[in-house]
Amino acid sequence: MAEIISGWFPENVSSFGGEIDALFRLILYVTGAWFILTEGLILFFLLRYRRREGRRAAYVAGDNLRQLAWILVPCLIVLLLDLWLDFRGAEVWAKIKGQVPPSDFHIQVTGKQFNWEILYPGPDKEFGTADDVLMENELHVPASRVVRVILKSKDVIHSFFLPNLRLKQDAVPGRAITAWFEATKPGKYPLPCAELCGFGHTGMNGWLFAHSPEDYAKWAKQQWP
Amino acid sequence: MNSTSPNAESVAHDAEPGFWRAYLFSTDHKRIAKQYLSVALFWAVMGGLTAYLMRWQLAYPDTEVPGWGFIAPDFYNMLVTMHGTIMVFFVAMPILLAAFGNFLIPLMIGARDMAFPRLNMLSFWVFALASLVLLTSLFVPGGAASAGWTGYPPLSAKPEYTGVTWGLNLWLLALALEFASFLMGGVNFLTTAINMRAPGMSFFRLPLLVWMELTAAVIFMLSVGPLIAGAVMLLMDRVVGTTFFLPEGGGEPLLWQHLFWFFGHPEVYVILLPGFGLILEIIPVFSRKPIFGYRPIIYSTIVAGALSFVVWAHHQFLSGMDPRLAMPFSITTIIISVPFALIVFAMIATLWRGSITFSTPMLFAMGTLSVFIFGGLTGIFNGSAPVDIYIHDTYFIVAHFHYTLFSAVFFAGFAGLTYWFPKMFGRMMNEQLGKLHFWLTFVFFNAVFIPMHVVGLGGMMRRISDPTQYEFLRPLQPLNQFITVAAILLLLSQLVFVVNFFRSLICGKVAERNPWQANTLEWRVPSPPPHENFDAIPVVYHGPYEYNSSEAAVDWLPQDRRVTTGAATR
Amino acid sequence: MEAQTLTSQTPSGKIGVWWFLASEIPVFGGLIVSYIVLRLGGAGWSEASSHLNFNFALANTFVLLTSSLTMVLAFAEVEAERPRRVGNYLLLTILLGVLFLAVKGFEYAGEIGKGFTPGAGIFWSFYYGMTGLHALHVLAGIVVNLILYLQALSGALQRHGHRVELAGLYWHFVDVVWIFLFPLLYLT
Ligand SMILES: [Cu+2]
Ligand SMILES: [Cu+2]
Repeated sequence: MAEIISGWFPENVSSFGGEIDALFRLILYVTGAWFILTEGLILFFLLRYRRREGRRAAYVAGDNLRQLAWILVPCLIVLLLDLWLDFRGAEVWAKIKGQVPPSDFHIQVTGKQFNWEILYPGPDKEFGTADDVLMENELHVPASRVVRVILKSKDVIHSFFLPNLRLKQDAVPGRAITAWFEATKPGKYPLPCAELCGFGHTGMNGWLFAHSPEDYAKWAKQQWP
Repeated sequence: MNSTSPNAESVAHDAEPGFWRAYLFSTDHKRIAKQYLSVALFWAVMGGLTAYLMRWQLAYPDTEVPGWGFIAPDFYNMLVTMHGTIMVFFVAMPILLAAFGNFLIPLMIGARDMAFPRLNMLSFWVFALASLVLLTSLFVPGGAASAGWTGYPPLSAKPEYTGVTWGLNLWLLALALEFASFLMGGVNFLTTAINMRAPGMSFFRLPLLVWMELTAAVIFMLSVGPLIAGAVMLLMDRVVGTTFFLPEGGGEPLLWQHLFWFFGHPEVYVILLPGFGLILEIIPVFSRKPIFGYRPIIYSTIVAGALSFVVWAHHQFLSGMDPRLAMPFSITTIIISVPFALIVFAMIATLWRGSITFSTPMLFAMGTLSVFIFGGLTGIFNGSAPVDIYIHDTYFIVAHFHYTLFSAVFFAGFAGLTYWFPKMFGRMMNEQLGKLHFWLTFVFFNAVFIPMHVVGLGGMMRRISDPTQYEFLRPLQPLNQFITVAAILLLLSQLVFVVNFFRSLICGKVAERNPWQANTLEWRVPSPPPHENFDAIPVVYHGPYEYNSSEAAVDWLPQDRRVTTGAATR
Repeated sequence: MEAQTLTSQTPSGKIGVWWFLASEIPVFGGLIVSYIVLRLGGAGWSEASSHLNFNFALANTFVLLTSSLTMVLAFAEVEAERPRRVGNYLLLTILLGVLFLAVKGFEYAGEIGKGFTPGAGIFWSFYYGMTGLHALHVLAGIVVNLILYLQALSGALQRHGHRVELAGLYWHFVDVVWIFLFPLLYLT
C-alpha cells in the first residue's frame, strides 16, 4: 500500500520529506476508512431500503438522545481523530518550520518576473562582498548539508517549490523569508515557481543541483578559483 | 402583534402588470428568482467554455483549440481568473442563494413576497450590471483580469506586472457591484424570515433550506466587508497611486491575502450551506422519513458558520506569515469537519429504514452527498499544515475544491432544479433524460477529478498553461489528456440537461400542485404559484418533515394541515 | 386579498437597516484593523500624522456631531407631527453634511499642496482610503436626506415618517465611524 502511495509523489530526497509523506499516508488511511464506511453505508441503505410495495418507512426523527447517539458518537470519534491528526501535524510542522537548524551554508534566492536569481555569498560567507556570485535559475548545493535559503522577491509574489524536497515557500516582495532543506541524495531536481506571477509564470523553472561533497568542491573551485 | 406592513402598498397590487413590470422590472420574488437563474445559466456556459479552453491547452499545449484557436500564456491566465470568478460569484451564488433563496424563502415561510420587493428588484439589476461590467472587462484593450480569481497583489496592484489595465479595474468594479447586490439580497432574506413568517411558522418549524439560506446570508454579510475595503484599497493602488499592497511604498502584500481569505473561506460555506439545504429538503421526501436530527443539524450549521470566521489563514501557511500562526488555524480548520460530519451522518441516518425512490432529484441529492464526502475528506490533507507544504498550489487543491463546490453548485443545483422545476414552471421534467443526465455527469465528473488528485500529488502546479515545459511533469501528460477528454464529455453531457430543460418547459407533463407529496408550504399552492402566492396566508401546525407520522393516515402531513386527534409535534 | 401581517413588533424597514449596518461595520472594521496592525509593525506613522490639519478635523467633528443632533430633532418633529420643522431640520442636516465635505475637501487640497498625495506613503494611503470611504458614506447620507427633504416639501413624507428614523440610523452610523477615524488618524 505504502509503495503505491509513494508512487504518486516525485522521489523524496529531503531530510524531512519522509515525515510529510508519512503524515500524508496517515491522513489517507484515516480518511480512507471514513470514506469506505460512509459511502458503503449510503450504498447499503439505498439498496436495502429502496421502495417496495407494502413496506412503509419508519418514523425516526432523531429527536431524542438515544437515537441521536448514532450520529453523536461518530462525531465524537471524528473529533478525536481530528485532534490526533492535528497533534501529529503540529510535531512535523514544528520540526520543519519551528526553527531553522544551524547551517553554515547560506544562499539568497530572489524571485523576479520570470527567473530565480541565485546569489552565492562566496568563500567569505558574507552577502554584499566582492566574491558574491549571481546565477540565474541554477542552485548548486552540497548534498547532506543543511542549506539555509533567504527568499526575496523583486516584483510580485513567487513561490519557491522543490517537489523532490517537499519544500514550498512563497517569496514576497518587501520580506526576507528564511527556508531550509537538506538534500539526502545528489542529483538534479526541478525548481519551479508555484505562484501565479504573470504571463511568464509557466516555464519559470530553475534547477537544484545537489552535489556530492567532492563534486561540490570541484564546482566551488570553478567559481572561486 | 399583527401590525400592517409598511410595504403593504407595494405588495398588494393585484392588477395584471404590463409586460415591463411582469418581465423586466418585476418585483415578484419568483420572477426575480428566474431572472437570476437565467443570468447564472448564461455564466455557467461561459464558465464551461473557459474550462474547455484551459483543459485543451493543458492536454495538448500550443495546439489549436477546436472552435477557438491558439491560447497564449497571458490569455491562459485570463481564463484561469475568469473561470474562478465566474463560477464562484456569477454561477454559484446567484443559483444557490439568489435563485433558490428568492424563489423558495417566501413560499416556504408562507409569505406573499419578500419584505422589500423593490429592493429585491434593485439587487437583481445591480447583479445584472455587475454581469455587464464583467462581460465588458473581457473585451477592453489590454485584456481581462489575469491575476487569478484571488487577485493577489502586487501582481494585481500594478498594471505593468500583468499588462492588464482596465480589465482588472472593471473586474474589481464587477465584484464590488456583485457584493452590493448580495448584501441587498441578504438584508432582504433576513428581514423576510424575521418578519414575514406565517402564523405558527416558528423558527424551529422552518424548512432546513431556509435555515441554510439565512445562515449563508449572515456569513456573507459579516465576512464580505473587509474584502470590500480590500477591493477599494486595491482599486486605489491601481488608480490613484496609493501603496496599500506595495512594499516599495511601505505597504504589505500579505494584507490583501488576509482580507481576501477572511471572506474567501466563509464564502465556501455561503455556497455549500444552501447546496446542503436543497438536498436536505429532497432526501426526506424521497425516503418518506423525517430528516434525522433536525435541531442538531441547525446547531451544527450555526457552529460551522461561526468557525468559518477563524480558519482563513489555512490558505496562507506558506505565504510568509509567522509559522507559529499555522497551528491554531490548522486546528480550527480540521475541527470544522465535526459539524459537517454531523450533517452528513444525519443525512445518512435519514436513509436508514426509509422507503427510497430513485427519482432524478434524489439521484442528484445522493450524488451531492457522496461527492461532498470525498471533497470534505480531502480537505483534511490541505488543512494539515505540513502536508500543505507539498500540496499547496498544486492540482490536488484544485481537485479538492471541485469536489466540494461542484457537489454543492451542480449536483445539488441540479437536484434542486429537477425537484422544484414543476413548481417553478408548472411542468414535469422528463425522468429518463434526467437519469441519463445524472449518470453521465456523475461518471465523467469523477473521471475528471479523481485523476486530478494524482496529477497534483505528482507536483503539477496550479495556473500553469503548459505542463510539458517541465521535465518532471511529462510522465503525467497521458493522465492530463485523460482528464481533458473526460472533461469534454462532462461538458457535453450537460446538453442532455439543456434538452430536457427546454423540452419539458414546452411540452412536459403538466404538473399538479404537489407531485412529490411533500409537506412544505410551497407545495400547497398551484404550480406555478400565482402572484402573491397564497389565497389566504396559511397557518402552520407542524415541522416540515412529518413523513410517515402516526398522526396522519397517509405517509405525509403538510405543515398547514391540522390533525384533529393529537397535538402537533415539535 | 388580505395583506401580509408581520411576525414581529418591529417594522421591516428597521430590521433591514440594522442588518445593513451590521454588514457595514466589517467594511470599516477591516480597514481600521488593517491600519492598526500595520501601524504597530512599522515606523514613521506619527511623523506623517503630524502633518494633518488637526484643528480643521476637530471643527469637522463638531459639525458632524451637530448634524446628528439635527437629525434626531428632525425625527422628534416627525413624532410631534410638525412636517414643516421636519423639513427644516433635514435641510440643516444636509447643509452640515455639505459643510463637513467642504472642510474635508479643503484639508485634502492643503495636504496635496504640501506634497502629501495618496502615493506619499503608507500612512497617506490609509488616510485617503479611510477618510475617502467615509466621505462617500457622508455623501450617500446627504443624498438620502435630500430625497427625504424633497418628500417633506411635497408632503409625501407625512405618510412615511419612519423613513426619517431609518435615515437617522444610517446617519448616526456614519457619525460613529468618524468618531473612530478621528483619533486614529489625527490624535496618535
Ligand atoms: Cu510564478
Ligand atoms: Cu478555506
